[in-house]
Amino acid sequence: MSIEEIQNEIIDEFSMFEDWEERYQYMIDLGKDLPLIDDQYKTDNNIIKGCQSKVWVHAELKDDKIEFTADSDAIITKGIIAILIRVFSNQSPKDIIDANMDFIDEIGLKEHLSPTRANGLVSMIKQLKMYAIAYQTQLK
Amino acid sequence: MFNINEIRKDFPILSRTVNGKPLVYFDNAATSQTPQQVIDVIVDYYSNYNANIHRGVHSLSQEATDKYEQARHTIQKHFNAKHAHEIIFTSGTTHGINLVANGFSSILKAGDDILVSALEHHSNIVPWQMLCERTGANLKVIPMNQEGELVIPEFDALLSKNTKLVFVNHVSNALGTINPIEYIIKQAHLVGAAVLIDGAQSTPHIKPDVQALDVDFYVASAHKMCGPTGQGMLYGKESWLKKLPPYQGGGEMIAEVTFEKTTYAELPHKFEAGTPNICGGIAFGAAIDYMNTIGFDTIASYENELLVYATKQLQNIEGLTIYGTSKQKTSVISFNLDGIHPYDVGTILDKLGIAVRTGHHCAQPIMDFYSIPGTVRASFAFYNTKEEIDALITGIKKAKMMLS
Repeated sequence: MSIEEIQNEIIDEFSMFEDWEERYQYMIDLGKDLPLIDDQYKTDNNIIKGCQSKVWVHAELKDDKIEFTADSDAIITKGIIAILIRVFSNQSPKDIIDANMDFIDEIGLKEHLSPTRANGLVSMIKQLKMYAIAYQTQLK
Repeated sequence: MFNINEIRKDFPILSRTVNGKPLVYFDNAATSQTPQQVIDVIVDYYSNYNANIHRGVHSLSQEATDKYEQARHTIQKHFNAKHAHEIIFTSGTTHGINLVANGFSSILKAGDDILVSALEHHSNIVPWQMLCERTGANLKVIPMNQEGELVIPEFDALLSKNTKLVFVNHVSNALGTINPIEYIIKQAHLVGAAVLIDGAQSTPHIKPDVQALDVDFYVASAHKMCGPTGQGMLYGKESWLKKLPPYQGGGEMIAEVTFEKTTYAELPHKFEAGTPNICGGIAFGAAIDYMNTIGFDTIASYENELLVYATKQLQNIEGLTIYGTSKQKTSVISFNLDGIHPYDVGTILDKLGIAVRTGHHCAQPIMDFYSIPGTVRASFAFYNTKEEIDALITGIKKAKMMLS
């Protein structure tokens, strides 16, 4: 599936929820289901700065596509990174770099997009795209 | 007579909603809310007598100067300082601490000791570390125990003739512990050390008497005492303030300037370079007046009632740990739910309109002591109610259900 198709799928899922509580419960569940990052990658180097909770991200290039794994010590943050990874993982660096992130707004998480927000969603997106830029250079 | 409903009417912000729910404001230890009486003073200043102070010959400048200096007297009276010029207006507690730390850089020498407590806010650790780097002095830490109290025998053991400065907060911001500063000041003076007390967290609840305490320096912030942000005060004993060099150069702090030599102004202006936060100073005075109208004894006893009520209810929640269990506490409760990150709890509470603080509260050493990433901190003010605490308890139970 393309990034846009995955984003539309997520928008569909979130449209079923009536209030914040259902949305958050779903994110919490996504966080619980997130495939855990291998412990060897939970290093200080892989921590995303700008989050009140700890977020680790590891990226690997496989068949010209990037595979992301991540973890966080806070479950809501884990849910947010799980959504991002679902969108970005197994995509080409170019598609990740070009991806439009408006879907965050559509699934009712706009409040998390403020750069000063302590959960660092903006930092997470930036970091994932940075990996894509780095691998893109490698591919050229 | 303390009438909570009447008091709440003084605070316009308390009637707003957050995320569709009535605001429950329990982040008072970070910043307190502002009563209409103080807001009116701010509006009055900008509407009627906004002018630069001390140098003008015109009437507005004179009016502003009078009000600003009146506020200094209000603060002097409140803290029972001997002289008004022992009250230095600052931008806040951090500014006051840095002013003193900077002053001591010309006094300290290599081998001198500075004692700080393990309960300090980062703003009371970093300036001393910088001071130690500049002077070669050593920074020594008074340890804490499991209850979140300072280990006084260890403090006694650390004191020596090399101790030149002791810095302790009156009340810990992360845990609410009230430290035995009377004893600390007395013992420090016996070895000839100066003492600075950080009153940022005590002054919203306690009325300190700087002369009775015999403290050398005491700092506070207006925004934790129903006043505006960007405003604070440093009390310093006259003898110390005369000894310390000026902190910043600029207008207001000079007596005479030639290119060969500048002589500095008398206290307090020596430490008040540039145009100050005039409105902030005046509003600070108004905030202190407002709190004194209610009365600090009344405030302390009502807040203690809230603390006891909340503590009891929180202890009934299974898997909830309270950090900081000293018998001497202000109305601050730091806690965690087993296996749940404080950030998650804070996020759910926010959705319910409840404002708490989460994280390390700028006191990472305390979090390291307990081996936790941070806590959820609920801090109560005299305008909070038991009903609001009930809402917090319901919110925590909901968060626990959603997050476990």
